Amino acid sequence: MSKKRLILALFWTFFRIGIFTFGGGYAMIAIIENICVEKKKWITHDDMMNITVIAESTPGPIAVNCATFVGYKQAAFWGAVAATFGVVLPSFIIIFLISLFLDNLLEIRAVASAFKGIKLAVGLLIVSAAVNMMIKMKKKPLPLAILGLSFAAMLAVNIFSLNFSSISLMLIAAAVSLAVFGVTRMRGKEGRNDPS
Amino acid sequence: MILLELFIGFLKVGLFAFGGAYAAIPVIREIVLGYGWLTDEALTRMIAVSESTPGPIMVNLATYVGASRAGILGGAVATFAVVLPAFLIIVLILAVFKNLAEKPVVKALLGGLKPCVTGIILAVGIYMVLCDIFPAEGGKGFDFALPELSAILITAALGALMIGYRLIRKKRLSPILLIVIAAGLGMAVYGV
Repeated sequence: MSKKRLILALFWTFFRIGIFTFGGGYAMIAIIENICVEKKKWITHDDMMNITVIAESTPGPIAVNCATFVGYKQAAFWGAVAATFGVVLPSFIIIFLISLFLDNLLEIRAVASAFKGIKLAVGLLIVSAAVNMMIKMKKKPLPLAILGLSFAAMLAVNIFSLNFSSISLMLIAAAVSLAVFGVTRMRGKEGRNDPS
Repeated sequence: MILLELFIGFLKVGLFAFGGAYAAIPVIREIVLGYGWLTDEALTRMIAVSESTPGPIMVNLATYVGASRAGILGGAVATFAVVLPAFLIIVLILAVFKNLAEKPVVKALLGGLKPCVTGIILAVGIYMVLCDIFPAEGGKGFDFALPELSAILITAALGALMIGYRLIRKKRLSPILLIVIAAGLGMAVYGV
């Protein structure tokens, strides 16, 4: 397959993946595995494992992480561009169309009531996402302390409408974990240099 | 200038939203409400719409916010901005830093970031539920003195359903199914 055709194939495959994945990242990982590993053999199962780990620990939508990864592996930079563009385009078109008439839709009473119910579900879904992350987390003193402090700080920020962003909180957590890492590493070195 | 604001705002979302759909909502919420692009109500509505349409929630929200603030160009700018960090990071990891995630310093960094993000998400989720079932007058914050009975009923039913499904079927209830059920309960309780 010529490079041009490969890039087109990447675009078209991820465009279809973009159309048919409802419900966010993890649903998409299963579909990408099915198409890119089993059918197209673009990447291996090991690659897929790597993507999942990388997608989880890097920011951004998991679907975009996956598309960029597969596209780059197949056809370097332009492959990554084609796959990413493909996976994003369907939602862009659909949401743009919805944005044109959503307000009119909400004037229907049934629709407004449905959205009142949905609003309650969204809060629960966010709590359950957090609980899932807590279950998977390493239960060690430092992560647990960071978790507790961030939770308390963020709750206080929300309740008292404080002017403090979650991004600053993340930067502080990053700084603290790097400092702890530096200190333990220095101690480790001293320990090794110690002749006794 | 609105396009520049959209670009910077969604670049931040793309850069700081870890861990998939619902985990990203606290950061999105903070930025979208902070710039005053949507009201809290409109944002929650849009989250529901994003969930019931294909594609990543972050991308859907970026497109919607951008398009409703500045037309199709706004939608394109916001979507481009939200995707850009993820795209660049993956390309860099593949092209330059092959084993970045294995490096001890990166592991230490993520080891601190993940629990912080988890704490933030938990706090925002609990706060949102509290605001829904104990809505304060004026719609901002919550007030334990003003419980809203129908909202408590729906929330309890949905919560029991999620936990029950998980205990019996040993897996998560699909968010789409939960949203469909919630919409049905909403219509039943608040009327059609």
